[in-house]
Amino acid sequence: MPRNSGQREGSPFTGLAPVFMKEFSDHLSSARMMVLMLFVIVFGAFPVASSLQELRNITEADAYLFLRIFTSAPESLPISFVFALNFIIPIMAIGLGFDSVNSEFNHRTLSRVLSQPIYRDALLLGKFLGALATLAVALTALWLIVFGAGLLLLGIPPRGVEVARAASFLLVTIAYGGVWLAVAMLFSVIFRSTATSALCALGLWLFFFFLWPMIASAITTGFAPSQFRTADEVLAVEQVGSVLARLSPGTLFGEAVIGLLNPETKAFGYFANMLLSQSRGLIPGAPLPFDQSLLLIWPQITGLIAGMIVVFAAAYIVFQREEVRA
Amino acid sequence: MSDNVIEARGLLKLYGATRAVDAIDLDICRGEIFGLLGPNGAGKTTTILMILGLTEISGGAVNVLGFNPVRQPLEVKRRVGYLPDSVGFYDHLTARQNLRYTARLLAIPRKDAEKRIADALESVQLADVGDHRVATFSRGMRQRLGIAEIVMKKAEVAILDEPTSGLDPHATHELLEMIRGLKKVGVAVLLSSHLLDRVQSVCDRVALFNNGKIALMGTVVELANKVLGAGHPILVEAQGSDIAGTLRGIEGVQQVVDAGEGAWRVIADRDVRAAVALRVVSSGGSLTRLADLQPSLEEVYTRYFQEARHAA
Ligand SMILES: Nc1ncnc2c1ncn2[C@@H]1O[C@H](COP(=O)(O)OP(=O)(O)OP(=O)(O)O)[C@@H](O)[C@H]1O
Ligand SMILES: [Mg+2]
Repeated sequence: MPRNSGQREGSPFTGLAPVFMKEFSDHLSSARMMVLMLFVIVFGAFPVASSLQELRNITEADAYLFLRIFTSAPESLPISFVFALNFIIPIMAIGLGFDSVNSEFNHRTLSRVLSQPIYRDALLLGKFLGALATLAVALTALWLIVFGAGLLLLGIPPRGVEVARAASFLLVTIAYGGVWLAVAMLFSVIFRSTATSALCALGLWLFFFFLWPMIASAITTGFAPSQFRTADEVLAVEQVGSVLARLSPGTLFGEAVIGLLNPETKAFGYFANMLLSQSRGLIPGAPLPFDQSLLLIWPQITGLIAGMIVVFAAAYIVFQREEVRA
Repeated sequence: MSDNVIEARGLLKLYGATRAVDAIDLDICRGEIFGLLGPNGAGKTTTILMILGLTEISGGAVNVLGFNPVRQPLEVKRRVGYLPDSVGFYDHLTARQNLRYTARLLAIPRKDAEKRIADALESVQLADVGDHRVATFSRGMRQRLGIAEIVMKKAEVAILDEPTSGLDPHATHELLEMIRGLKKVGVAVLLSSHLLDRVQSVCDRVALFNNGKIALMGTVVELANKVLGAGHPILVEAQGSDIAGTLRGIEGVQQVVDAGEGAWRVIADRDVRAAVALRVVSSGGSLTRLADLQPSLEEVYTRYFQEARHAA
């Protein structure tokens, strides 16, 4: 098919809607979804509950108090909600996507479905969008719960700009989930065994989560001269470190979220922040307007979306070449 | 357009250096049941997948109902029903839900679909278990559900890959009846199978595959004549002295083979049963059995592949 795909007739999206609907309803009604939701609530609720406890006792005025629910790490449990998400979202996405194509193959439904008037494009995209929609529903539900809890317990309504920032945060989390979903689907296309594909996806996640930060800093240390002479040198080394770290989707997500939820963020990296404040004469603690924050994290957002598209495209190419029979 | 629903010319499939399907020509006519036979790995499934546009074609051309499965796969798949070997359904859904999903993929309007699904389940005798989860279905029921999908689709051509493999004799019989039912409503059926005597009973024509090539093609009688030689085979069981000699003396008899235990296979150029009865009895023998032997596909198959192996 790939060789002739240029001249084939009919829309590649024929049948997309039924596939999407089926995947979406299958996921929502599956036991797996229940488990994942439970997982999310347990891991998400604790940081939020304890940070709410602390925020209630804060008396000094904070213009962005509401957003602190997401970012503050309580003393009792040094994990913020955002950090917990950084950790849980990949697991959710992998849980939804690791068997999406190979299970069809193993249950021998693939050749029957592909003998209906539908291109492989629509099947793969429908599965991806179905799982992404499921993820979006779960994350939105979680977001609403946190938001509602904040309203009840803090007793002050968030300002418009806080709502806007929090909503953008939700979109970024969904995009982050999309990246890991695409990764999980890629493995589900490559490996016929669902266990292998789950292992590979989880392995990659572990690598990025635990190993990559260490590797990145080791490489950065290697670049650093024995003695820094100018501030530019310090900055340059820090830049190398950031670039390396940003190869991990988790870093992109983390930076984008910090930029959105901590309006004081003006640059990423300690020295970069300091230098920027000095050179422009900005006060370190002063918040950026929303549009400036968006501009700041725009590269991170495009990075996440581009990563998602690239990985999905890879899955698509592998899938096109796959034999449908056992 | 001719009355062929499937036309393949020089159809070729290469897997690396192996020629899984080696430049075959194939015509399937409207409303006939056509059998693809051959040993494991002969290329039957590969041929079927190429006809459906589910695998790339390395060379040659196929035409299905006037459409090219490479460039117009959607048009082909809209009109052709396919039952893969060991077909699978979504276990967590009911039979009806499974068919509903297919109906949506086929863009059948919802109102229409419910009726078509009910009729299709009825026609394969699954109406009473239509709301059971497919996980509880036996192999035969899944196979029938696969036929129901084709019925619901109102396919013009049905392609069934080993539809009877793994079924018990009763289930096989039922399934073949359903395949005949498809033919009755004008569907052309292309099926592959190893159960030769069963295939023989439903197929109008067959093609014998060997090593990716079509070795023989035609009706069962034509193949028998080609492989086993022309003539009427009959089986004679009799007691008496020199029965074989008596049989050889009958006009038209070409060959008498001792089949053991007082039985002989006689091949003649015409129906010699009356003469055999007369001569055996008048020579003092007692005739216990006289049977007309239908050429059996099994025999054709076995003989052909024996000869092919000898030649190799
Ligand atoms: N993906 C593949 N890669 C390489 N060779 C393959 C592949 N698929 C099939 N073949 C080869 O193609 C040939 C034909 O296989 P095919 O499945 O069409 O046979 P078949 O007649 O359907 O056999 P069976 O009766 O066992 O189903 C076989 O020799 C097989 O080894
Ligand atoms: Mg086969």
